Amino acid sequence: MNRTVRKLFSNASSLVGIVLLFIFIIIALFAPIIAPPLSDNPYQVPRMSWDVNPQPPGFPISDDIREVYDFMGTEIKYDKAICGTAEGGYDIFYGLIWGTRTAFKIGLITVTVAGFIGVFIGSISAYFGGWIDEGLMRITDIFLSFPFLVAAMVLTTILGRGLDKVMIALIVFGWMGYARLIRGSILSAKEETYVMAAKALGVKDIKIIWKHLLPNTIFPVMVQGTMSIGSMVITAAALSFLGVGAPVGYADWGQMVSFARNWIIGAPGHAGQYWYTVLYPGIFIVLFVLAWNLIGDTLRDILDPRLRGEL
Amino acid sequence: MLAYIIRRFLLLPIIILGVTFLIFCVFSLLSPMERLATYIHDPSTLKNPQSVERLINKYHLDDPFPLGYINWLKRIVRLDLGWSQTANQSVWDAICQRFPATLELVLYSIIPVILVGIWLGVISAVHHNDMLDQTIRVTAIIGWSLPTFVFGLLVLFIFYGILDWLPPGRLSSWAQDIVYASSNFHSYTHLITIDALLNGNISIFLDALRHLIAPIITLSYISWAFLLRITRSSMLDTLRKDYVRTARSKGVDEHTVIHLHAKRNALIPVITVAGMMIIGMLGGVMITETIFTYPGLGFWAATAAQQLDSGSVISFALLFATLMIVGNLIVDISYALIDPRVRLE
Repeated sequence: MNRTVRKLFSNASSLVGIVLLFIFIIIALFAPIIAPPLSDNPYQVPRMSWDVNPQPPGFPISDDIREVYDFMGTEIKYDKAICGTAEGGYDIFYGLIWGTRTAFKIGLITVTVAGFIGVFIGSISAYFGGWIDEGLMRITDIFLSFPFLVAAMVLTTILGRGLDKVMIALIVFGWMGYARLIRGSILSAKEETYVMAAKALGVKDIKIIWKHLLPNTIFPVMVQGTMSIGSMVITAAALSFLGVGAPVGYADWGQMVSFARNWIIGAPGHAGQYWYTVLYPGIFIVLFVLAWNLIGDTLRDILDPRLRGEL
Repeated sequence: MLAYIIRRFLLLPIIILGVTFLIFCVFSLLSPMERLATYIHDPSTLKNPQSVERLINKYHLDDPFPLGYINWLKRIVRLDLGWSQTANQSVWDAICQRFPATLELVLYSIIPVILVGIWLGVISAVHHNDMLDQTIRVTAIIGWSLPTFVFGLLVLFIFYGILDWLPPGRLSSWAQDIVYASSNFHSYTHLITIDALLNGNISIFLDALRHLIAPIITLSYISWAFLLRITRSSMLDTLRKDYVRTARSKGVDEHTVIHLHAKRNALIPVITVAGMMIIGMLGGVMITETIFTYPGLGFWAATAAQQLDSGSVISFALLFATLMIVGNLIVDISYALIDPRVRLE
């Protein structure tokens, strides 16, 4: 494990990934200080104006909104939209900062739960073999028959909008890769003598899987998990972009980008005047995904010496 | 080998049946009333409680789960997929009408995936660790981290918003008048670029192509960025093999070594991945078509999802799952046929 950590810090590209990730963790932790919430629900992006049109960076909070907050007795801790506002006056800066928390929540929860389900099904399948294996693997095939985004979209359409529903959809159609991966590793590991020895001593099956097989086979799954945190966040954002993800006004990067969709071309004669609506959320998503991909890539190199030194 | 192919074909109906079962399970999460909405043509019928009761009975929507599944399956087999509120036509008609547009987009997207992905991958491997190799690598890894919807919007922003070269949609309005309204233009295949050539109308061909370029780039860039990685590492592996060194020491010129000896073997694993990448593009169709308001299946499905038109969304998923299963089958079998080392039992 020490070697892995050393390697992660000595490789230039994973170091970039770690630094980026560290910055995102800081942003997520200090979100209430960087962008103080104006309402009870901090994930609700405040509006800086009632105007439909996006407003450029530096736009001051409009007078009628200020009146509303004064009326409610809320102290306005910052009064400018640093990165401009999206469609409907939503503050882009606030959405980006609190969206970081959303991204971590989606990535970590979905990958952890999907990973557990996959490891459970895959290890049972490989260890017991025979009909159990055949049946479980065909079920896996059925879940794999859908394009991931299409499957997630169907489930969120049926379940309704909301971040929890998005995560359920991502988990339901996100465990199959881990199941196949752990199955492959356990199939070869279970022929090793230490497993035979444990069996001969009469150790229970569950204990053999948990104590002997999983510790020796779990590392590739963890690498896979790291690499798919980025793609889970992208898919969740894509669902918001398609209008079936998080509810309107929820601090979520995908929604920030989808707000930009109708404005990206700009008014006639002012091509690109709304550049900020796509640029800032775009940069946040790309850097977040890039961070995880760079770390995952290096982990894979460490895992597979054959690939060392290659892309 | 033959046993493997037979086994795959025997499994095909089981997997497809499993897919329909899974979709029906998801569909059953809706109440009978909500499911009814996918059967009726006129939304105002839903306001009258008596007719709702009657229709729920007529379509057996409150039957127990197994019976409901069998009834639903019977209708699917007859291609009776219900009514799409979004398209305001039957779901099957909506699919038939939009399928050619999506097919055209996906078919053209295969070209850059194969050409650029493999070509750049080989170049990158041959110039291992050069400036060129590093540039290609960095571009690929950034491309891989860039979500389709951000990339697509950037393409739209630059090539339509600023430069006004590549407009969204499928055809300009003048071309639409000719293709859909003129009696001189015959639609043989409903793929507009091909129909235009068959009709000898170059200006329509060019117009259709101009509308296709941006969606093609958006749909395919992730696939070729990924394929490039695979080609590169496979090619690097092969270039280190003994037989390549033998060829070089015999004095075979470098061009022949790379293109005749190494590339052919290096491309074997690439072919499977290329097949998977092409199938994988099906998932990106929704985003790409939505960004460029390209009137295909994906745009329709995304609109249907926003309007909670569950019948359309479910039929779309069923269609795409079937396409993917058949596509995967073709890829797996062709892989087994191409690589003599694969003797799958």
